[in-house]
Amino acid sequence: MRHLIDVMDLSVGEIEELIALATDIQAHPEDYREVCRYRKLATLFFEPSTRTRLSFEAAMLDLGGSTLGFSEASSSSASKGESVSDTVAVVGGYADIIAMRHPQEGAPLVAAMRSSVPVINAGDGGHNHPTQTLTDLFTVYRKKGGFSGLTVGLCGDLKFGRTVHSLIAAMSRYAGVRFVLISPVELRLPDYVREQYLDATGVAYSEVTSLDAAIGSLDILYMTRVQRERFFSEEEYLRLRDCYILTPEKLREARADLSVLHPLPRVNEIATAVDDDPRACYFEQARLGKFIRMALIMKLLGVSK
Amino acid sequence: MNVDAIRNGLVIDHIHAGGGMQIYRMLGLDALDCSVALIRNVPSRKMGRKDIIKIDADMEIDLDVLGYVSPNITVNRIRNGERVEKKHIGLPARLTDILICRNPRCITTTEQGIRHIFRLVDAEKRIYRCLYCDAKAPD
Ligand SMILES: [Zn+2]
Repeated sequence: MRHLIDVMDLSVGEIEELIALATDIQAHPEDYREVCRYRKLATLFFEPSTRTRLSFEAAMLDLGGSTLGFSEASSSSASKGESVSDTVAVVGGYADIIAMRHPQEGAPLVAAMRSSVPVINAGDGGHNHPTQTLTDLFTVYRKKGGFSGLTVGLCGDLKFGRTVHSLIAAMSRYAGVRFVLISPVELRLPDYVREQYLDATGVAYSEVTSLDAAIGSLDILYMTRVQRERFFSEEEYLRLRDCYILTPEKLREARADLSVLHPLPRVNEIATAVDDDPRACYFEQARLGKFIRMALIMKLLGVSK
Repeated sequence: MNVDAIRNGLVIDHIHAGGGMQIYRMLGLDALDCSVALIRNVPSRKMGRKDIIKIDADMEIDLDVLGYVSPNITVNRIRNGERVEKKHIGLPARLTDILICRNPRCITTTEQGIRHIFRLVDAEKRIYRCLYCDAKAPD
């Protein structure tokens, strides 16, 4: 039985399979409308994340299955102190597959160790969020037709941004990918991520502090939020914030075939005026997330059309 | 106890100088009833100086603890005054219930009955990370 706890649990070949399946599902949704009939997805959300939960539920419903679960810890037995292990031991008796969101890092792995059905990590604190990374990869693939040779700009909070770390890990496996790491010095990529996925594999990358200077070279621009609480002082935050906000003016320097991604929710790091630009892909990215989750559920349940 | 001659027991040799006390504590040797000798700063041709622990009882110990503290250790098992076994201990791939994760957001801080597991991610730099949250092992 397979689980998905970390996106790096999947080989390059498996990610390709998922992308191919998701592409076919999107093109021919009617062929998949019944493949998970009578199957149940349990969404165990120990902390709220409406967007992710709805994406999982829509995915299962579009496969002909049904869903059950809870959307925050206070409406579950966790509020009475039940352990993660006990919760999944019980839920495994009701559901065929589990998507778990938990504020504590490693909780989905604990669940997978105990569970009798496949467990998908739907986000564990600031640690992993593999279906977001699959969504990111699927979007890049749909926009660019592949991964090799792309120049990928990652902008904003590269220190605490887990989606950035996972995307770097996953994309560093493809030939000729180049990363441009765009962040204030305070929010640079942590050493352990750089050493493990960039230095160790010899992937080309550069670190810059200006989005303006870098934007013209990019195929992909992955934006993240720069949060106020990451800064020592309000002045510092205000001084740096604007450098990492994407505006129509900044986009003028970008290539015509740039794709702008963002894991959402956005606060102010992308001006709403950018939304109408054909290079803005973040809402399409959210839509694509459902299809890659459908492919993942099928793979883990071992069903095909 | 004659520290040179053990009839039945273990000699943990080639501990890096200064590592003996840590092993003594981590193996809980202070709780044993038998004689235990911790010999520190013994001159060694290979290592300059080393620590040695001799335990006067034929017992099983957690070899992963030894490998974690000092990866070039050898363990000699003595029976009737003769060495019957010599094991070279490498860096263990996993440490189970030896270290406790210090990341306050880690599931191991609240989940009951969980095993604390660290995995070796960089043998050269001897870096272990928590299996659950990937936090670096405490020094
Ligand atoms: Zn941990």
